[in-house]
Amino acid sequence: MKQERRDRHRSKNRDGSIRGEKSVVIQAPGESLLDADSPREDDRDDNWGETTTVVTGTSVDSISNEDLTQLSKDSEDSSALECRRYISPALGAILGFVSLITPLAFLALPQLLWRDSLDPCGTPCEGLYISLAFKLLILLISTWALFLRPPRATLPRFFVFRCLLLALVFLFVASYWLFYGVRVLEPRETDYRGIVGYAASLVDALLFIQYLALVLLEVRHLQPAFSLKVVRSTDGVSRFYNVGHLSIQRAAVWVLDQYYSDFPVYNPALLNLPKSILTKKMSAFKVYNLGEDNSTNNSTGQSRAMIAAAARRRDNSHNEYYYEEAEVERKVRKRKARLVVAVEEAFTHIKRHQQEDAVISSPKHPREVMDPREAAQAIFAPMARAMQKYLRATRQQTYHSMESIISHLQFCITHNMTPKAFLERYLVPGPTLQYLDSNRGRQWTLVSEEPVTASLRQGHVFSLKRLDLSLIVTATPLPFLHIAEEFIDPKSHKFVMKLQSETSV
Amino acid sequence: MSFVPGQPVTAVVERVEIQKLRQGENLILGFSIGGGIDQDPGQNPFSEDKSDKGIYVTRISPKGPADLAGLKIGDKIMQVNGWDMTMVTHDQARKKLTKKREDVVRLLVTRKSLEEAVKQSKGCYHKP
Repeated sequence: MKQERRDRHRSKNRDGSIRGEKSVVIQAPGESLLDADSPREDDRDDNWGETTTVVTGTSVDSISNEDLTQLSKDSEDSSALECRRYISPALGAILGFVSLITPLAFLALPQLLWRDSLDPCGTPCEGLYISLAFKLLILLISTWALFLRPPRATLPRFFVFRCLLLALVFLFVASYWLFYGVRVLEPRETDYRGIVGYAASLVDALLFIQYLALVLLEVRHLQPAFSLKVVRSTDGVSRFYNVGHLSIQRAAVWVLDQYYSDFPVYNPALLNLPKSILTKKMSAFKVYNLGEDNSTNNSTGQSRAMIAAAARRRDNSHNEYYYEEAEVERKVRKRKARLVVAVEEAFTHIKRHQQEDAVISSPKHPREVMDPREAAQAIFAPMARAMQKYLRATRQQTYHSMESIISHLQFCITHNMTPKAFLERYLVPGPTLQYLDSNRGRQWTLVSEEPVTASLRQGHVFSLKRLDLSLIVTATPLPFLHIAEEFIDPKSHKFVMKLQSETSV
Repeated sequence: MSFVPGQPVTAVVERVEIQKLRQGENLILGFSIGGGIDQDPGQNPFSEDKSDKGIYVTRISPKGPADLAGLKIGDKIMQVNGWDMTMVTHDQARKKLTKKREDVVRLLVTRKSLEEAVKQSKGCYHKP
């Protein structure tokens, strides 16, 4: 009996000593479930090699079918893109041209074809001629002002209103020609005044269609109705914009316009957590499994257990993050101070050369007269090092090459800017537009659950994707405002001294 | 009861002892005060001298503890439990009256009728 008890005690002690070594056996929950699944997995593992087909890459000389289809698709896409960019304006131009010469044609054709049999038409016709001429001139000018602008974006689907208007104009002009052909050309109508009146009515109707186009395309979306929240997915920069009733694709174009001038440039070098903290999180504590060696079965169980244990463990990384941030900020501020001082000193070295000074300067100290480029290069040297260190501290060195700094310096010197004005470009990350080269177009993908020609509504979410970042846009309607009136008589502003305040005790 | 700065104040006072009444969580006395050195003395309807910034009783709730103790409306409070009330702000006066640990306040109040009464009694002596 005693022996057994001693044995039991000894085993307990052994367990205690094991616990003292700081290794833990974690029995993961849900292992029994995995046990049921695992034999099936093993079967699948065994048969994997036989049943899968492996697609090997093509050799250098041959060209596979996939490559061919890829090539053709690429060429199609690019040509389609090019064509599509110009189809819409071309159509519009043709229609516009046709509709503008139609009235003139209406007037000219009877004169050319059956001039002799026409009724003479005196003053009223001339009056109509003048009004026709001026209306055509106005049409021409307004068409040029409104519609003959280079398109700024290619939209994925048709622009509904524009198509509607083009169709309307086409129908209109076609019906007028039809009527003209049937009623005037065929029977060789002699009432010339009627024909001139008909042409004038066409021009009037064209003016009204242009008014409709103006309202639909330009004016309707000016009154703000929705508030769009635009968030950049990579670093969380967000802005709010007010837009009117637009379709999703037009709203996307509008948002992108604002994006290029409002959002600070995306700098992938500025991560959220510095690397030192992230790597520390990875080194969790080790897990020893002192049970049987069912390593494959326990894998999910182990990871789950590790996550649970890591969550329970006290996490000090926020502390390190705080101190790291403070350190980085201090470094940036120090370098910024050095940079500002260096630039100020550098700017004191040069002075604008006035024409009168040329006479005064003595022959002993001939001042070398430099053009802005040379002056910029001359004063760049003392501030170069401070600038380089500052840019590296704020991780902007990829955006500013030495050449660009010197040309900006030259620009500032030419326009008499102070050192602070020169530095504003480097101290604050500017909008994306500043860093763009405007030669090539920008490719954005519009991702939306609703069809992109649908009008904006509450709760619509769409996103604009590019290779490295995406913008997520949410639409909320602007609140309806109840504004009430309250009239205050200016004589009612009267004041008295505070009366004895009475307190009840 | 006129007050000349720098000169001691002489007044005939009546001693009033008020037992505080417990009403819910508070101890109340049943009257309202007005006045104080931070208030406008010209508004005081009860003071003789409109530059008197003392603490006056402006209202007495009927059948309240103050009413039962004999406090009258228009009385000027000179002392509360030994604390002076002639040169205090309104809030200080309130605090001295509403101390939670005291069940009883002993006030020294003065009013015009007291002066009259003393003058009359004094005058009686002088009458032959």
